[in-house]
Amino acid sequence: MFRAIWAWIQKFSSPKYFFDMSGKMIPWFAIAAALLGIYGLYLGLFVAPTDYQQGESYRIIYIHVPAAWMSMFIYVVMAISAAIGLIWQIRLADMIAAASAPIGASFTFIALVTGSLWGKPMWGTYWVWDARLTSELILLFLYFAYMALQSAIEDQRAADKASGLLLIVGVVNIPIIVYSVQWWNTLHQGTTISITKDAIDIHMLIPLLLLAVAFKLYYAAVVLVRARNEVLYRDRSRRWVREIIEKL
Amino acid sequence: MNGTEFHWSTFFAMGGYAVYVWPAYGLTAVVMLLNVIMPLRQRKHIIRRVKRAVRREKMSTR
Repeated sequence: MFRAIWAWIQKFSSPKYFFDMSGKMIPWFAIAAALLGIYGLYLGLFVAPTDYQQGESYRIIYIHVPAAWMSMFIYVVMAISAAIGLIWQIRLADMIAAASAPIGASFTFIALVTGSLWGKPMWGTYWVWDARLTSELILLFLYFAYMALQSAIEDQRAADKASGLLLIVGVVNIPIIVYSVQWWNTLHQGTTISITKDAIDIHMLIPLLLLAVAFKLYYAAVVLVRARNEVLYRDRSRRWVREIIEKL
Repeated sequence: MNGTEFHWSTFFAMGGYAVYVWPAYGLTAVVMLLNVIMPLRQRKHIIRRVKRAVRREKMSTR
């Protein structure tokens, strides 16, 4: 039983199998992301009502909140991948982590800048050192530290191990970001989406969720393109890679 | 934008918050576009590099 599962995992995590499968999946993720993104933007910018407190400035949340979610989601994906790579020596998991880093850093940057652009008219300042903003900035530095470690260590196995450990230790920052608005008295507002209290109008919620899903699909498409690059580069001396590259 | 007639000028004005809303959207669009372009360029670069390496190896073994 366990051997069957292990054989299955090994088949699906082989770089060659991944390269073939992901190539077929990328266009579908990309198309779905574009369609949901366009529809979500249409609803968010043209249909959703004006916020009675924040006016039109609140429309920044349609990109700010999904980007902030992605910044944490991608980090967790990377940390889980790193753990899988460390424990079961699955190289593909390390490649997924490496491929995710620039995308995660980008979303963290987007979350910080869009939040800042919303903060200026609402709070009167672009930046405050409150718990939410500071922990999100630390997240950006964690991404940078991971990428720096990856490129600084020559031996790929050692680089994956060291940077993977960093990712796993850095996970403590994620609950700090999530709960910062409850634990500390922050300037940042509380959670936008809540099951218990009806905080957001349904016409505002739908475009927000559409864009959140669109961002996830976008990540899926882009991370697969990057992970395939990792496969081609890291396995460049293998015969199957050379055979594929000859045809490209 | 509530039920009243739609005008592009009022849309772009964003209720006076245009200078905050549009840079936020513009920056997001640029960063997300770069994240599509860069890996595709990287892919071409890797393919070119490996092809060159293969050619060089063939030359030396001949």
